Amino acid sequence: MRKITVLAATAAIGLGAAAQAATLEEVKARGQLNCGVATGVPGFAFTDASGEWDGFDVAVCRAVAAAVLGDPKAVKFVPTTGKTRFTALASGEVDMLSRNTTWTFSRDVDLKFDFVGINYYDGQGFMVRKDLGVTSAKELDGATVCIQTGTTTELNLADFFRINNMSYEPVPIETNAEAQQKYLANACDVYTTDASGLAATRATFEDAANHIILPEIISKEPLGPLVRHGDNEWGDIVRWTLNALIAAEELGITSANVMEMAKAPTSNPEINRMLGTEGNLGAMMGLDKDWAARAIAAVGNYGEIFERYIGEKTPIGLPRGLNAQWTQGGLMYSPPFR
Amino acid sequence: MAEIAYVARGTIPPSPPPPSEVGVVRWLRENLFSSTGNTILTLVAAWVVVEVFLALLPWLGGAVWNAGSLSECRAISPGGACLAVINERFNQFLFGFYPAEGYWRPSLAFLGLLAAIAPVLFTALPRKMLWFSGIYPLLAYWLIFGGSVWGPLMVLAAVVAAAALARAVARLSGEVAGMIAGVLAAALMFLFAVDPLSGWLADAVPIGLAPVSSDQIGGFTLTLIIGVTGIAGSLPIGIVLALGRQSNLPLVKALCVGFIEFIRGVPLITLLFVAHVLLNIFLPPGTEFDKLLRVLILVTLFASAYIAEVIRGGLAALPKGQYEAAAALGLDYWKSMRLVILPQALKISIPGIVNTFIGLFKDTTLVSVIAMFDPLGIITPIRADQNWNGIVWELYGFVALFFFICCYGMSRYSMYLERRLKTDHR
Amino acid sequence: MTATADPPREAFRLGMLLSDTRYRSITIQIIVLALVVLGFAWLVDNTIRNLEQLGKGFSFAFLWAQSNYDINQKLIAYDSTSTHARAAAVGILNTLLLAVLGCATATIIGILAGVLRLSRNWLVGRLMTVYVEGFRNVPLLLWILLIAAAVNETLPPPSAFRGENATAQMLWGSVALTNRGFYIPEPMFSRSLGDLSVFGLFNISLDFMAILGALIAGIWASARVGDWATRRQFETGVRPAVFWPRLGLVVLPPLAVLVALGFHLVPPELRGFNFRGGIHMRDSLIAMWVALSLYTGAFIAEIVRGGILAVPHGQTEAAYSLGLGPTLTMRLVILPQALRVIIPPLISQYLNLTKNSSLAIAVGYMDVTGTLGGITLNQTGREMECLLLLMAFYLIVSLTISAVMNAYNQRVKLKER
Repeated sequence: MRKITVLAATAAIGLGAAAQAATLEEVKARGQLNCGVATGVPGFAFTDASGEWDGFDVAVCRAVAAAVLGDPKAVKFVPTTGKTRFTALASGEVDMLSRNTTWTFSRDVDLKFDFVGINYYDGQGFMVRKDLGVTSAKELDGATVCIQTGTTTELNLADFFRINNMSYEPVPIETNAEAQQKYLANACDVYTTDASGLAATRATFEDAANHIILPEIISKEPLGPLVRHGDNEWGDIVRWTLNALIAAEELGITSANVMEMAKAPTSNPEINRMLGTEGNLGAMMGLDKDWAARAIAAVGNYGEIFERYIGEKTPIGLPRGLNAQWTQGGLMYSPPFR
Repeated sequence: MAEIAYVARGTIPPSPPPPSEVGVVRWLRENLFSSTGNTILTLVAAWVVVEVFLALLPWLGGAVWNAGSLSECRAISPGGACLAVINERFNQFLFGFYPAEGYWRPSLAFLGLLAAIAPVLFTALPRKMLWFSGIYPLLAYWLIFGGSVWGPLMVLAAVVAAAALARAVARLSGEVAGMIAGVLAAALMFLFAVDPLSGWLADAVPIGLAPVSSDQIGGFTLTLIIGVTGIAGSLPIGIVLALGRQSNLPLVKALCVGFIEFIRGVPLITLLFVAHVLLNIFLPPGTEFDKLLRVLILVTLFASAYIAEVIRGGLAALPKGQYEAAAALGLDYWKSMRLVILPQALKISIPGIVNTFIGLFKDTTLVSVIAMFDPLGIITPIRADQNWNGIVWELYGFVALFFFICCYGMSRYSMYLERRLKTDHR
Repeated sequence: MTATADPPREAFRLGMLLSDTRYRSITIQIIVLALVVLGFAWLVDNTIRNLEQLGKGFSFAFLWAQSNYDINQKLIAYDSTSTHARAAAVGILNTLLLAVLGCATATIIGILAGVLRLSRNWLVGRLMTVYVEGFRNVPLLLWILLIAAAVNETLPPPSAFRGENATAQMLWGSVALTNRGFYIPEPMFSRSLGDLSVFGLFNISLDFMAILGALIAGIWASARVGDWATRRQFETGVRPAVFWPRLGLVVLPPLAVLVALGFHLVPPELRGFNFRGGIHMRDSLIAMWVALSLYTGAFIAEIVRGGILAVPHGQTEAAYSLGLGPTLTMRLVILPQALRVIIPPLISQYLNLTKNSSLAIAVGYMDVTGTLGGITLNQTGREMECLLLLMAFYLIVSLTISAVMNAYNQRVKLKER
């Protein structure tokens, strides 16, 4: 009801509501984090029958909510499409976006967003039916290609075919579910999106073995959460929450042992600084000491999240690959907590 | 005298009509096979009907109501419909992601809606019931969105107080002054009194329901919220626009015509994009309001342009004598509108208003394009669920059936109204 | 001495601004104007401040930047190195194409269904009622999605046409109905006149212009012959038989041009992943076209039915008593009167259809909402500019259609007197 009276006031007299406060204060005052997610990508963001949001990208939202508000459930999930995600963030409708979004120059600089890190290193791939007999993306001249519109994939695709002097027939589609339906009905020969999305989609097919993902990865798609330009304090919080999840895996902190470790200082000073048993890193960001411990306890470390939603034991079955810790030959590398 | 060979001694009993002119055969001949052209048409139509039934019957006959996933469905009945998905997600179709323990709230609000519009639609009901219609919007808001009961109560109090003040001032110094005083008083109260008072009361006597945020609302509840709010909100605006369009003040007329033509000239989807993307940019920096609210504002503006045209038709249909009679009685503009013209014009406009509502009700499905979970939008997350991936006809068919039942019922009602209103005037 | 009738002139008082009807209207208008201007200023001020805060300017320069995306259905040359403005133009042409196709078929379907619904044939009447009510009472978006799904799921993919044991056949060896759209033969000219480039922006086929010119000339000549026949009828009372000459005048000139240009059809053929050659009507276009035609057709059917029922039965009886047969009665008495009732709402249905074509984004048909209001908007982040242009386009289209309707109404009104 307050919303309505505020609206009436704004409409009637033209008084603005309070000027834009720092995001952290706003979130705390609201008691809720507004987080933009996808409308539905298997493994990354989906709802169960009771309407609860879950998934790899959703976990980042919950971790930030746990760090800032102490409650991983204090999140309002705002489902966005490729078309609406950036306006939702720019207009302040959401505080952060965690929605398989590629970090690019123009999004960072021209659209005025801050990408705070990378939670999944991806690349654009192609999936085709086995019976087409295609083994390389270079053989796709003249093919009909399903793409999700409003994404970088549509630009990469145009570049790829132009460079290789091939023609193709783009079929733009709004959501993953529709793309899948078209692909399965053979209304397109090829489905292209991020390789993770392809794997996730393929995993849900009844006849997954009849479809192959071509070896070419035609782009770099570093996916990560992002916030608006201009509020660096808030950006820091999201960045270091993500880093805490990544570092936790490296340091062997899991959701099972984090509370134990946070009780008393351990022998590793970095763990101690991160979990607040030594120094007070949280206070520098305007949070309390246990912020990282809460985030890890809520969703687990990066490796646990990966295994739970998209790892090899799930139907989606993605290997860690580039997303392994740097110590394991991957690219996941958190700057030190110091 | 020659012998007469034959003389009829009585009437010959009428012989039965030939078999081709009685009963079923005659009916068939007259209605289906009266000419070659008709026979061909009949055969083609019969073929279409048979084909459709042959396609649908095994599908519906083999329907599976209980299964956990599409593949389970297919295992039980390969060619049948998998209605298990409707069964499992039925509540999401009705309420979206509304908290399960609160399902009774939108349901109650829906029953209240029926009670609130009954006196408007059926004039035979006691007029006292209109009071309930008056407070219904606040009641419904509170039921659906929850929160403290004091907010709606204070709004109600402010409106009542402003109305009372307006009436008092009107008695002292004229209608226009009364209207201005009422609007000013309401604005002041909304700005300075309602929020703090309701906040204070809520702290002192906390009575309320668990708050529900608008993004949890979906399914048919969302359809009804958008449709009903759009029409209810657009009625007053539409009346003002229609009067403005007939006004003899050139500037007012130009503004109203411009607004109406603008809204009617662009597709609803572009207006929804504006609601979704631009509305926040038009408002003071830092103002943030809910997506549902933004959509409601734009839908209301959209519907008001159409309602204005319907009411303009009603105004034009009134005999000129009514205007002249009102003027001859010495009524000024507002009085003649309020007491003579509008009551009649609105009455003849009701079928048109119902038709506009049907159109708006169908158009609410467009909100699925801007990622809201109306019945059509909620299909996307259902299909993203691994269990139901690849299901198509059952979901669309169910939503189509729902809309058909609602809209067909309403259009029947509007036809009934038209017939009744027609006889009134003869 | 004459008595002056003028009332004594009152001195102007401030209160008269409200109490005197001569001034009141001006006062009210000035207040309204002030409020509107203030409101606008407020909105514009907010917008400027918001854009500043977001660090965005307001400029249409992005239109001339390279678009970087491809569009499948295009009527003018376009590729991913073209500008956003050209992408918008492709979208606009696609919208107009869909609107024209849709209006034509919707009218045919609507008239058929409207007339059949009035037919005495019980089964056909019921079937048409089911069609009309079914389409009128279910949202258009749902129909579009359903029909798109039907095209994709029920028609065979191009691969089904391949090989020895192909499961699908081309119709007449030249038309392929696939779930990626319909492939139909393409008209070609062996002695083509070539293309005419307009300001280097797009090409106009001179062949089609020649055919169109011949057709228009033929129609004009045929109309002249008709006028002559009517004059003869007035003078002599006998109408000369001119049907065949008139038909010939319409048909022969374009036919002659076709032969002169070496017209032939090139059927599509299966090569690689898809059919090549021929004209490809994408599945999204088919779905939109069918859905819009059927949906709007249901509304037009009701308009046609209403229009025919609106002509009083007495008119038919009067025509019969004058000795006119059923066909002439329909043509000379019923139709002209019914059309006056039918045409205004029919045109507003055309307007609705054009606006509804914006739903094409739901199935990925690249109309102007899909290019300018979709991909361009997403890739450049210029929401304000894109939406302004988009609305301006639809406004221009609908104002044009309204102007046509008003002109028609004016004409019919004059005849009525």
